[in-house]
Amino acid sequence: MSTTIPAPRAARPVTGRWVAGVAAGLARHLRLPLWLVRVAFVALAFAGGIGIVLYAAFWAVLPLDAPGDEADVAAARSSDTARLLALAAVVVGIGLLLTALGVEIVSGAVIPLIVAVFGAALIWRQTDDEQRDTWSRAAGRAARHTAGTAASAGRWRLATGIGLVVLALVALVASRTSPAEALQGLALALLLVGGVALVGFPWLYRAWRDASEQRRALIRSEERAEIAAHVHDSVLQTLTLIQRFASDPAEVTRLARTEERQLRSWLYAPTGDPDRTLAAALERDAATIEADYGASIDVVTVGDAALDARLGALVAAAREAMVNAAKHGGGSVSLYAEFLADSAEVFVRDRGGGFDLDAVPDDRLGIRESIVGRMERNGGTATVRSAGGQGTEVHLRMPRRVQEAT
Amino acid sequence: MSQRLRIVLVDDHAMVRAGVRAELGDEFDIVGEAADVDEAIRVITAAQPDVVLLDVHLPGGDARAVLDACLPQVPATRFLALSVSDAPEDVVATVRGGARGYVTKAIDGPDLREAVRRIADGDAVFSPRLAGFVLDAFSGGPAEKDDEIDRLSPREQEVMRLIARGYTYREVASELVLSIKTVETHVSAVLRKLQLSDRRELAKWAAGRRIV
Repeated sequence: MSTTIPAPRAARPVTGRWVAGVAAGLARHLRLPLWLVRVAFVALAFAGGIGIVLYAAFWAVLPLDAPGDEADVAAARSSDTARLLALAAVVVGIGLLLTALGVEIVSGAVIPLIVAVFGAALIWRQTDDEQRDTWSRAAGRAARHTAGTAASAGRWRLATGIGLVVLALVALVASRTSPAEALQGLALALLLVGGVALVGFPWLYRAWRDASEQRRALIRSEERAEIAAHVHDSVLQTLTLIQRFASDPAEVTRLARTEERQLRSWLYAPTGDPDRTLAAALERDAATIEADYGASIDVVTVGDAALDARLGALVAAAREAMVNAAKHGGGSVSLYAEFLADSAEVFVRDRGGGFDLDAVPDDRLGIRESIVGRMERNGGTATVRSAGGQGTEVHLRMPRRVQEAT
Repeated sequence: MSQRLRIVLVDDHAMVRAGVRAELGDEFDIVGEAADVDEAIRVITAAQPDVVLLDVHLPGGDARAVLDACLPQVPATRFLALSVSDAPEDVVATVRGGARGYVTKAIDGPDLREAVRRIADGDAVFSPRLAGFVLDAFSGGPAEKDDEIDRLSPREQEVMRLIARGYTYREVASELVLSIKTVETHVSAVLRKLQLSDRRELAKWAAGRRIV
């Protein structure tokens, strides 16, 4: 994966190092000669010990460039925080000790500077991590989970870094007693922060741009994958089944109709939750009955209402009417449901030979019990009649009580 | 039928065109076919057919683009929208764009031939679903301007409800004890209201339409 990374990330190499690989890692990352970086550290070490502190700070925050797999890197990363806290404690401890002894090796002006450098290094390290995360995210969806946890850890790290820089600023200003010196300190701090920002900005910008491009590409590819998965699970499966049942026209029609309905509800967002609203409940029942009986049920609804016990009974009666129509109605069924202010009405109509309700024997409970009886028990009405000269139409009407309308 | 009707089929799928051609049988003359918006405009303006069967979703635009370009040039041609799309905004936008009817591709042969003849006669063709949309759109509260164009008359409402229940024009006529001609007049009046009314629901559907 390292071959795809344009700039070597800031990390401490295991090989070719003198102390902890900080100089080597920085030189490689910044594309500077190694000797120059080392000379800079040594030179800074004589300037109030900044070089030493800087080296320590980078040692703490730069990850080890382990040639191992993801697990090694993750383990190394999880130990970062502990290492960082330990180092901070040591630095603060030494500083306090020296100050207590009255040895001004580290002058008061330098302490805030050290904190600022530490903060800046953290920020630096963080932007580097983010860039790497986006690369690994683009490389595979599997890395997404780990990248997500790393990102939240990274936010803390970034916040800590910024906090340290701000703290340093405050400390720098507060440590000065005379206004002139305070001003000087402030200028120094601003210069420092400005310098860090100047160095960091193009980098941060590039990282941000990379990340948003990657995110867009990811969204696109996820959408494509979702559509492909859906087409595979539904359309392709159905087409395979249709080929297998090619000699059975009824089965082919049923399969095609079911698939059509599913695809349609996927494309044009379903009407609602079938357990909550009337229209969606009717649509769902129609789809089930179509699949079970090989009929085609055309569902048209006007208005909608939340399901309650009475409307639930209406749906159950409508389901029975649809089953009846699908069984005896010659294939083509129309369902029309209308939800008015005072009542809900459902018409189920088929184009079959029709039947006489009174001629249906008493032991056939279907229509008499589950349609008419159910509607009447719930305060509604059901009528069955020959419609427009051909076919049968079941008319269900359920009044909506006023107090239930609220 | 004294004169054979001249038809143009517009659909981006050759399979669908072949299917529709088979359903129409040899009662009509298919004088042209087109697979996208530009081709449709070229073929329709050149052939000047009696009826165009127009798919709602086309490469290079949609039915609306074809209607906008063709209607001023071929005023005698009637358009019947033919689609698998059930999205109300698609249906309403196409009808408001000038189509005189809307049927789904699941329609069977005899019904499709009947619809084409009816469209050629200048009538409107409403599928149960379109009738449902109309009832939905015109029932939602009072219109902003209480114009006649923004309301359905009780009779028109009755006709729409029967069509939504799956009744044919003939069955509607026998149910309401009207002549078929009267039913057709009511349906045409509803079509005109659907095209001209600026009810909020209609405007919303037309504006909120998405292209799939």
